[in-house]
Amino acid sequence: MVSEEVLRLEDVEAGYEGVEVIRGVSLSVKRGEKVVIMGPSGSGKSTLLKVAVLLVKPSRGKVFLDGEELTSGNVDLRKARAKTGFVFQSYNLFPHIKVVDNVALPLRIVKGYSKEDARRTALELLRQVGLAGFEEKYPLQLSGGQQQRVAIARALAMDPVILFLDEPTSALDPELKAEVIDVLLDVAKRNIAMLAVTHELDFAREVADRIAVMEHGKIIEEGPASKILDSPSTERVKAFLKLIRK
Amino acid sequence: MDFLSFLVEYGPYIAGGIVVTLELSVSSFLLGLVLGVILLGLSTTPGKVIARPYIEIVRGTPLLVQILLIYFGLPALGIKFDAMTSIFLALGLNSAAYQAEIFRSAVKSIPEVQILSAESLGFSGYQVYRYVVLPQALRISIPSLVNEFVTVIKESSLASVIGIVELTRRGEYVASYTYRALEAYLVVALVYFIVCYAISHLSRRIEKALKIPGYTGA
Repeated sequence: MVSEEVLRLEDVEAGYEGVEVIRGVSLSVKRGEKVVIMGPSGSGKSTLLKVAVLLVKPSRGKVFLDGEELTSGNVDLRKARAKTGFVFQSYNLFPHIKVVDNVALPLRIVKGYSKEDARRTALELLRQVGLAGFEEKYPLQLSGGQQQRVAIARALAMDPVILFLDEPTSALDPELKAEVIDVLLDVAKRNIAMLAVTHELDFAREVADRIAVMEHGKIIEEGPASKILDSPSTERVKAFLKLIRK
Repeated sequence: MDFLSFLVEYGPYIAGGIVVTLELSVSSFLLGLVLGVILLGLSTTPGKVIARPYIEIVRGTPLLVQILLIYFGLPALGIKFDAMTSIFLALGLNSAAYQAEIFRSAVKSIPEVQILSAESLGFSGYQVYRYVVLPQALRISIPSLVNEFVTVIKESSLASVIGIVELTRRGEYVASYTYRALEAYLVVALVYFIVCYAISHLSRRIEKALKIPGYTGA
């Protein structure tokens, strides 16, 4: 069954060791739709992304990915995760293997590509993120921005229905952020849904169809990007935006 | 007879014992490596109910007692090994526990996000271990593993108590034959020292050769 929604969270609660981090969140992302999540640190944004592919198991609620209920208990999570791409804030890459192998390895062992096909696909994706010529280097020989671009290439290699971005530029120096954002803006033109946690307002304004603002594990306001960024209805969102515009 | 002529007369015989010592140490160390990797693998699965107590018991009892249990104790249960097999098993099973602990701390130094990344890509638990955790843990462990190997070489001298004629035992023979225990055991000590010192130094080369490019941590 092809669902219009690639991701749907229904009244999800989740936490670590008894501490509730997500307290009843419902959210859906349609095919190709770009949704940005904002909110102060500790509001549960990152956890929400992890819950979406059950890297963190929700204690309550349902998670649907590409029409399948992941929380039903009889879905192959590995297959489901292989349909998504995930870019974390840092340490995404495997430092002991070359850049090209970072992209090619999951294609081989998860998607079953031959060695040659995996390498060819990996090289093409590295080219797309502007890293042609870096394939034989090791991750720690690259700048933080380049590493994030490799992580994006790897996520795209999985041909995902949805791309999860967990503050992909937050750990970077200002001068390195731009190159990553440029690549993400380019990726956003594709028909891949995105669920991104970010504080980059320009990126959000340009890319997001919708923005959800979280606080204390709940979505406190959600709506079209322009509405949230220019005339939020709650005082708390106004205050938060003022804080990050500084 | 001065020390020099003692050395000329008995040195080569004593030093020749290093061959058995090294055979025993290398094979036991490798057994420990394989079992250590398996114990590490188990410690992330329900198999940890075996791995954890095993490591604790082995580390909490003297190696000599373990050797005596295997060689003299097990036959009572109908399990009989010759002296060489007994010492190989004792040293290997013992080293496995220490090597598992070495790997465990190496694994801890791998950022969790890497593992989450692998999981998010759809890697199975085995694939995460095989492609992400293990190759890095082994590399990070090299200095400690070399230490452990040197320890095994030294501990292999306990083989002499169950009659294996290795370096220490050859020293004992010469000591009782010549009544010159000081000289005999000095030669034994010197041979151990030369070998262990050389291996420790080699460690830095191995480390360099297998280093993760750009890696500065641990």
